[in-house]
Amino acid sequence: MIIRKLLAAGSACGLMAALACGLLPATAHAGEPVPGATPKVELVLDVSGSMSAKDIDGQSRMSAAKQAFDDVLDSTPEGVDLGIRTLGANYPGNDRKTGCKDTAQLYPVGQLNRDQAKSAVATLQPTGWTPIGPALLAAAGDIKGGDGTHRLVLITDGEDTCNANPCDVARQIAAEGIDLTIDTLGLIPDAKTRNQLSCIAEATGGTYTTVQHRQQLTTKVKQLVDRSTDTAVTPTATQGAGSCTDAPVLKQGLYSDRETFSENRWYRVQVAPGQELRAAVTVSDDRAVNADYGVLLRGVTLHGREIVRDDESGTGRTDAVSAGIRYPKPDSDDAPAETVCLQVGNSFSAPASVKTEPGLPVELSLDLVPAPHKPSDVAFHGLGRGWWLLGLLAVIGIVAGLLTGWAARWRLTSGRTR
Amino acid sequence: MRTVRLLGTAALLAATALAALTGSAAADDSTDTPTPTATATGSDAPPTEAGTDFRTATVVDQGVQATASASAGDYLYWQFAADTGQNVTVHATVTFPSTAVRHGPSTWQVDVYDGLRRRQPCRFGVQTATVAADAGSVDLACHLRTIRSWSEPWSNDPLRGTYYVRLTVLDLPQADLGQPVQAAMKATSSGTAGSQAVDGSVAPVVTANGPHVAPAGGWAGTWWSPRWLWTGGGGLLAVALALGAHRLARGPVVPAAPSRPVGYERPREPVGYGD
Repeated sequence: MIIRKLLAAGSACGLMAALACGLLPATAHAGEPVPGATPKVELVLDVSGSMSAKDIDGQSRMSAAKQAFDDVLDSTPEGVDLGIRTLGANYPGNDRKTGCKDTAQLYPVGQLNRDQAKSAVATLQPTGWTPIGPALLAAAGDIKGGDGTHRLVLITDGEDTCNANPCDVARQIAAEGIDLTIDTLGLIPDAKTRNQLSCIAEATGGTYTTVQHRQQLTTKVKQLVDRSTDTAVTPTATQGAGSCTDAPVLKQGLYSDRETFSENRWYRVQVAPGQELRAAVTVSDDRAVNADYGVLLRGVTLHGREIVRDDESGTGRTDAVSAGIRYPKPDSDDAPAETVCLQVGNSFSAPASVKTEPGLPVELSLDLVPAPHKPSDVAFHGLGRGWWLLGLLAVIGIVAGLLTGWAARWRLTSGRTR
Repeated sequence: MRTVRLLGTAALLAATALAALTGSAAADDSTDTPTPTATATGSDAPPTEAGTDFRTATVVDQGVQATASASAGDYLYWQFAADTGQNVTVHATVTFPSTAVRHGPSTWQVDVYDGLRRRQPCRFGVQTATVAADAGSVDLACHLRTIRSWSEPWSNDPLRGTYYVRLTVLDLPQADLGQPVQAAMKATSSGTAGSQAVDGSVAPVVTANGPHVAPAGGWAGTWWSPRWLWTGGGGLLAVALALGAHRLARGPVVPAAPSRPVGYERPREPVGYGD
């Protein structure tokens, strides 16, 4: 009798398990591959007078750069549009005004003809000034357009000798909406050059490298050119509003914006029932900022009620601070899509000498996925685990067995059963 | 006699169930999850480049050592997939080439972020380390909390999905900025034998605005947990013990008496007969 009952219970359990398995679909999520577009790279080479110094493996800086360029041109991946721009290559005089305009495109950005590019590089002679700022501005114009990545590689041995702070110029270029990265390489740099170059790199999310040897220069430039073929989603530029009512309505995707110090920007997202909103925001510090900083991301209803929030703060050297929230909207048949306001704030601050315009780069990633299966119990399917559970079940088994056993014995001895 | 035998069988059954349970649990505890092969990278060779931000983070599989040549001051990003029930440890190593002269001590740090770019705390491990100017390398580690399949929307419990690793120098002498370094990163994980298994399931936190990140064998189903074994084994144990106890308490069932007519007696030989 007891066995039959237990068997029935067991089969019921099995049925339940099978049902549970069937009811829970295997969740899958696919990130769409990124379509490939032609990446554009321009190498910006300093050909100023100081490049004739012979201190890179016994060679002059210029000849080291030339050899490195030869190697890089040979190994440039197919499908990369590569151009070369020089600065300080043509004007040897002392007039600052003229010298600071001395930047020229040596080889246009486009499909690479290696021989032509190499022979153009071979003609270079260390000559003039170091107008980094104007060169960057011109280079940005050279590689504008197209869907691929945009990358400038600046190779120089000295700081800007003209008026404009190239760091500000770089930040300005990045703020114009071109998805542009500037990597800088300093040839045996002094402290001032190093600061300026690392500042330029920081302004656009690029990297700064100190170069002491020719081989190092070659490897690094190759690496940077190869990096341009990395496919990543290009963010869509948007502009958040000061309040939710004026905020732009965004869909799933990656967005970029700018936000000045201690500013709050609002965006709106439509979340249908049965969907989960996932928002991640990254605020980068593209300039010198004070040691303590933070970022805030809030999901708020149209009426101003806070649904969910995340904030992150930090201290010390960083490239970015990020926060993320999830908001699952329960499934219901007749409810309309809900408008969720997203507030992105930051608590960066900067010394008074630092320009606050343009604002800090903000990257907002939005995803809408199926809402989660809500648990009925904290534990996995309400199942138990561990020696306490086993002990309890064992005791229950023994007690139940003893009770039914005694009952059976009583029935036997009392003659109710033959 | 029969009771003893039955009890013995019950005990044997229980022992087997227990052994199966603990055995499987132990196996779950000790074996590392199978190391997946490259998915998004498209090739089996371990990556030799690192990304420079969340968007460009290099995809690397668990158990694969990713390397990158970089400059001191770079922010190096990788991303990997972590599934439910894994205890993930991220190891990072920075090696300094002997050719470059460094001017002072430097501080290095590894940070781990989840798929929503929320910074994840490390339960233990040397997350930040300062090394002297003449050190050859620095090792960093971060042991994450157990990955869960569900959590409250308001908590930042680690959910299955993408995890980003950021490796960078926090502090160094200005003169050492931009010097070449070699970086390596590896994420490994071990199982939890269901001790952290929670109900509910959230779609893996992988953004659609990036590369496709998933474990090589796909995301594990959310219906399995060693808790099935524990609970099922416990049920079997209870049944076996109940049977044994039942038999013990009831005592032996007396077989029905041999079918002889009542009052039948064997005829005796008459005394003195045949004398």
